[in-house]
Amino acid sequence: MSTVAGASAPGAAGAPQPAGDAEHRSIRRSKLSVWLLLGLLTLASARVLSGADDIASPGTLRAALTLAIPIALAGLGGLWSERAGVVNIGLEGMMILGTLGAGYYTFHFGVWAGLLGAMAFGAIGGLLHATATVVFGVDHIVSGVAINIIAAGAAAFLAEVFFSGLPGGGPTQSPALPNAPRFDVPGLSTAAADLAARDWFLLSDAASAVAAVTTGMSVFTLLALAAFVGTYWVLWHTPFGLRLRSCGESPTSAETLGVNVYRYKMIAVTASGALAGFAGCYLAVVASSGYANGQTNGRGYIGLAAMIFGNWRPGGLLTGSLLFGYTDAARLRSGGESVHALLLVVAAGLLVFALWQLRRARVAHAVAFAVAGGVVLFWFLSTETIPSDFTQMTPFVATLLVLALFSQRLRMPAADGQRYRRGEAG
Amino acid sequence: MSRARRLGLTLVAPLIAVVAAALVTSLVLLGVGESVGEFWAVVLSVPSSRLMVTIVNNASVLYLSGLAAAIGFRMNLFNIGVEGQYRIATFAGAYFAGLALLPGPLNTVVAIAVAMVVGAGWAGIAAVLRVTRGVSEVISTIMLNAIAGGLVAFLLRELGEQQGQIRRTTTIPESSWVPGIPLIPGEGSLVYGLVLLALLAGIGYAVVLNRTRFGFDLRATGESETAAVASGVNVKRMTLAALLLSGAVAGLIGMPDLFGDSHAYGSTIQVGLGFTGIAVALVGRNHPAGIALGALIFAFLSVQSNALGITAGISPEIVAVTQGVVVLSVVIAYEVVRRYQLRIEQTEVARALARAPAVSEVHQ
Repeated sequence: MSTVAGASAPGAAGAPQPAGDAEHRSIRRSKLSVWLLLGLLTLASARVLSGADDIASPGTLRAALTLAIPIALAGLGGLWSERAGVVNIGLEGMMILGTLGAGYYTFHFGVWAGLLGAMAFGAIGGLLHATATVVFGVDHIVSGVAINIIAAGAAAFLAEVFFSGLPGGGPTQSPALPNAPRFDVPGLSTAAADLAARDWFLLSDAASAVAAVTTGMSVFTLLALAAFVGTYWVLWHTPFGLRLRSCGESPTSAETLGVNVYRYKMIAVTASGALAGFAGCYLAVVASSGYANGQTNGRGYIGLAAMIFGNWRPGGLLTGSLLFGYTDAARLRSGGESVHALLLVVAAGLLVFALWQLRRARVAHAVAFAVAGGVVLFWFLSTETIPSDFTQMTPFVATLLVLALFSQRLRMPAADGQRYRRGEAG
Repeated sequence: MSRARRLGLTLVAPLIAVVAAALVTSLVLLGVGESVGEFWAVVLSVPSSRLMVTIVNNASVLYLSGLAAAIGFRMNLFNIGVEGQYRIATFAGAYFAGLALLPGPLNTVVAIAVAMVVGAGWAGIAAVLRVTRGVSEVISTIMLNAIAGGLVAFLLRELGEQQGQIRRTTTIPESSWVPGIPLIPGEGSLVYGLVLLALLAGIGYAVVLNRTRFGFDLRATGESETAAVASGVNVKRMTLAALLLSGAVAGLIGMPDLFGDSHAYGSTIQVGLGFTGIAVALVGRNHPAGIALGALIFAFLSVQSNALGITAGISPEIVAVTQGVVVLSVVIAYEVVRRYQLRIEQTEVARALARAPAVSEVHQ
C-alpha cells in the first residue's frame, strides 16, 4: 500500500517521513526511560514503606538479571520466529536441547564450545520445526507440540548415555560445569555498592541497580544483551530484517516483490532455535552449575509469554523478562517476605490505573480496578507472607491479565501462524 | 478417484509414520552404540497378562485425554490446556470424594460430576477470554496449565494430609471405590472399572459429532468458519461449548486411576497425560477409532519399554523419542498425501474439461 503511495508522489511523501519517524522514536525512547524511573521509584517506596530491605538489594537485582536472561533469550528466539510468521511453541523443546548440548560440550571441550554446541543443538530443533511448518505446511502448534515431546525424550535418553559413569554425573544430570568468565567494571562497581549500602531513598536503589550490572557480570550476560541489540538492529534496520518481517506480515505480498519467503522463514526459525539453545546454555552454565533433567521447567513457555507481554518487540520483551525474572529472584532470595512487599506495588498500580480509567470516564473499569486494588491492599495488610506457589504463578497470571486487558493494543504479526504456500499469491 | 485408491492413500500415511519412527529410533540407538536388535526384541515381545492389564488401563486414560483434545481440534481450537484441566479436576474430584459427604456409589458419581464441572470451568476461563477479548486459546491455556500446577500444589498443602513421604488428599472411603473388571485372564489382573468411562465417552463423541446438529455445526465451524456463519452458526457460542466440553472430558482423565487404584490425589500423580493426549489425538486424526488405536500404541510402547533398562541396559526414555517422531511424521505424511490427492483430483478435472470442450460451447 505504501509503495503505491510512494510511487505516485515520491517527492512529496519522501521529505516529511524521516522526520516524523525520528520524532516518534525519540518519544518512544523517552517513554522507556520514564517507565524505568517509575519502576525504580515504586520499588524504592515499597522498600521504605514495607521495610523489606532485600527487594532492591544488589544481590536480588543481580539474581533477577540471571533469571531473566534465559527467559529473555527464549523470548528473543520466539520473536525471530514469529516476526517471520511461524508460531514457535517448540521453544521449550529447543531450550531443553540447548541445556543438553551445553552439558555435553562444556564438559568435554570448555565453555565456548559448550555455547556453540548448545546453539547447534537448539538450531537442530529449529530446523526440524522449520522443515515441518515451512516445507511440509504442517500446523505450527502441532509441530511445536511434537518437537517438545521429542526433545524432552531425546534429552532424557541422551543424558543417560552422555553422563552416567562420569565423575559427579549421573543418568539425569551432568557433572559440575566450569562457569563462563566473570568481570567487574573497575571503579564503578565498588562505588555503586558503597552508595547502595547507604540506604538513601531512590539514590541507593539506583546505585543498587548499577552495582548489580557492574559486579560479577558474566560474559554470557553481555553476549545475551548484545543479542538483543543485534536483533533489534538486524530486524528493524536492515533490508534483510525488513524482508524477514514482511514474511510475517504478508508473505504473498513479499513473494510478489521477489522475496524468497521459504528461505527467510527457514533462516528465522533456525535462528530462533539457536537462540533458544543459547537460553538453555545460560540456564545450565550460568544460572546453575550443570545440566539436569527437567531444568527448563516451562521457561520456554515463559519466554513466549514475555514476548507476547512485550507486544512482539525487543524492548517490551526485555521489560517483561526482567519483571518475570525479578519476581522469581525475590521469591528465591527471601521467600514470602519480599514478594509480600511487592503486593503493595501491585495494589498501588491497580489504584492508579483505576483513577486513570475514571479520568477517561470509564466508570465500570475504574470500579473494577479499584475493587481489585482494595482486595490486594487488604491482602497485604492482613498477611505476613505469600505462599511460594502463588509467586511462581506470577509470570503466567501477569501475561493472562495483559492479554485480557490490553488485547486490543497488542498487535502480533498479521500472518503469524498462518500456512503459506509458494505460488498462491492471488 | 476410485474408492480403493482413496482408502489406500489414507492407510499409507500412518504406515509411513510407523516406518519413519522405527527408522529414527533405530538410527538414534545405532548412533550411541546401543543394540538395535535387543531394543526391538524387548519392545515387540508378547506382554504378560499383568502388563496387558497395565496397557489397557493406560490406554483408556490416554483415550480420554485424546478425546478431550480432539473435541477442540475438530473445531480448529487448540486446547493445549488438557494437562492443567485434568490436574485441577482430579484434585477437586479426589477432595470431594475424600470428604465422604454422600454414601457409597452416589459419592463416586457426584465426585465424577464435580471433576467434570471443574475441568470445564478451568477450560471456561480460556473460552471466555477468547470469546470476549479475542485472546488465543493456545496462549491462554499454556498460561492456565502453569497456574493450575501452582494452584493445586497450594491447595494440596492447605487441604491435604501428610502420609509418609508424600502429601495427599484424604483417602476415599472404601464403599466408593470402583471394583476392577476381570477382562484379561490371569491372576490378580483386574482392569480399572472406570475403563467403561472411556468407552462411553468414545461412543458419546462419535454419536454427538456425527449424528447431531451440534456435532455438525462443530465440524462445519472447524472446516470453514465463514461458511458456518453463513449457515447461521453462532461461532462464539460454539467456541464456548466446544471448550467447555473439552474441559469436561479432560476432567474424566484422572477418574479411572482415582477410583480404581490410588484412591487419593497425591503429589505423585502422573503428569504429562494431557500433552500425550494431544499427540494421541493427532495420531488418530481425531477419529474415535483412530484415537483408540493411537492410545493403544502409545500405552503399549511405554509399558513395554519399562523392561528395557533391566533386560537390555537401554534407557526407557528412548520411547518418548519414538512417540514424538510418530506424531511429527504422521502429520507430515498426511499433509503430503493430502497434497498428492489434490494434485490427482486437479489433473483429473483438467483432463475431463479438455475432453469435453463442446459442452461449454453449447451452453454459450
